Amino acid sequence: MLQYDFMQHAFAAAGIVALLAGIVGYFLVLRGQSFAGHALSHVGFAGAAGAVLLGVPPLWGLIGFTLLGGFAMGLLGDRLAGRDVAIGMVLTISLGLGLLFLHFYTAYATQATAVLFGDILGIDWATIRLLFGLALVSLIALAAIARPLLFASLQPELAEAKGVPMQWVGFLFLGIVALTVSSAAQIVGVLMIFTLMVGPAAAAFNMSSKLASGILLSALLALAEAWGGIALAYQTDWPVSFWISALSGLIYLLSIVYRGWRDHYPPDLRASALPNIGV
Amino acid sequence: MGSRVVLREIDLEIGPRELIGVLGPNGAGKTTLLRAILGLVPVQNGSLMVFGSAPTTGNAAIGYMPQSRVTADGGRLCGRDIIAAAARGERWGLPWLDLATRRQIDWALERVGASELARRPLAAMSGGERQRLMLAQTLIGQPRLLLLDEPLVNLDPRHQGEMVTLVRELQQDLGITVLFSTHELNPLLGAMDRVLYLGGGQAALGSVDSVINNAVLSRLYGTEIEVIRHRGRYFVMLGNQELDHSNHDDFFEGHHAPV
Repeated sequence: MLQYDFMQHAFAAAGIVALLAGIVGYFLVLRGQSFAGHALSHVGFAGAAGAVLLGVPPLWGLIGFTLLGGFAMGLLGDRLAGRDVAIGMVLTISLGLGLLFLHFYTAYATQATAVLFGDILGIDWATIRLLFGLALVSLIALAAIARPLLFASLQPELAEAKGVPMQWVGFLFLGIVALTVSSAAQIVGVLMIFTLMVGPAAAAFNMSSKLASGILLSALLALAEAWGGIALAYQTDWPVSFWISALSGLIYLLSIVYRGWRDHYPPDLRASALPNIGV
Repeated sequence: MGSRVVLREIDLEIGPRELIGVLGPNGAGKTTLLRAILGLVPVQNGSLMVFGSAPTTGNAAIGYMPQSRVTADGGRLCGRDIIAAAARGERWGLPWLDLATRRQIDWALERVGASELARRPLAAMSGGERQRLMLAQTLIGQPRLLLLDEPLVNLDPRHQGEMVTLVRELQQDLGITVLFSTHELNPLLGAMDRVLYLGGGQAALGSVDSVINNAVLSRLYGTEIEVIRHRGRYFVMLGNQELDHSNHDDFFEGHHAPV
């Protein structure tokens, strides 16, 4: 299947995005901000639809709107009481706005489907270069703030006492999330961001309590899900996004089973428990 | 803190190598005092000096154990990774740790007997185990002052005793100063050098007997307080209610912990 240009493009783009989404997603889950990531993708939908209306590439609209949305959330910060409600409101208003833009732009609905569910088989080299650039910027920025981000996420009160600029760290991280969401939307669409950003990370948390191996696992699971999804789509002719989400869900389920098994048989008990299975 | 004045007209000095029990009912200003020492709460009138200078955030000479817990999802990481994230965690860049810091983490864990414990996820630890881990965290970076905010809360009497003994051992072996806040006086008896009692917006510092008595506490609260001593334990009474507990556990957490 790799003899086709569009398949090569698909694998390259999905590989870049999956690694980025897996790593950034790990911190997103760690901070308990999964819902914020989900909301940002919907803000991105309004941006993409608006860009289509103006004749600008949808990706630029996505990036612009998600960055704005991320900064707005960062400014409101933790002080905002009832965060879920506020984020939920932004989310629905954005969807409504996106719908309005699409209403004015009636030429073809395929654009809308591509934004909502992804269009990985239609990706060209220019987009791949852009995705690579986005991933590079995001990962460099993440590397720069990773240490205080981790500290601030785990023990906010102590981090504040040690002089971590909490608002800046939160703000920069949401900017990184915005870029990641924009990239991931090219692969699985704005509606299915969770499959690449939250699914692999959540599974990694179930499988490892070590930070380093958790991040690595999250990135590798996202990569496996993205590439596996493309391969299965090629075999079955079903949508890529469906397969990626299915794999993401399956791996998450397996990780829960694994965690249950591990908790039931901790390492020190396992040696004595295993022979009993054979009896 | 908005414009609320929590403590006023405190005048006291705490020396090196002392274990001070910071006592008083909930809301008396124990946490506020610790946060002021950390430079997180401004001092409106008067002056507060920490090691001879005004308090600033990021003071490496202070080890701080806040009352709040690690966030829910973060608790799925193992204990060692969680406290390692706090080691010079305010610096930019990747969370790599140099060998010296890793050794210091190992030493701190060993010192509180949490080396094995730290391999488990925080979420799987008991209250006492978590407190021990967090105590190890305060030791990283060789602090000269430890601020422990309610380390005994939600521990049963046996674990309270273990925690107090451990803190006293560390304080004496390492020759450091410890401010140990608690709303229960009795677990700290015999382990602390002096008591700092906060109540009614004021404070009194001195030996246990010179502070925990009818005259001093009645003056602090501006109402009649009776201190009852029974079998080496103290009970601070307001009317016929025990002050510490009626103001804390019963009211806010709804459980009746025996002293």
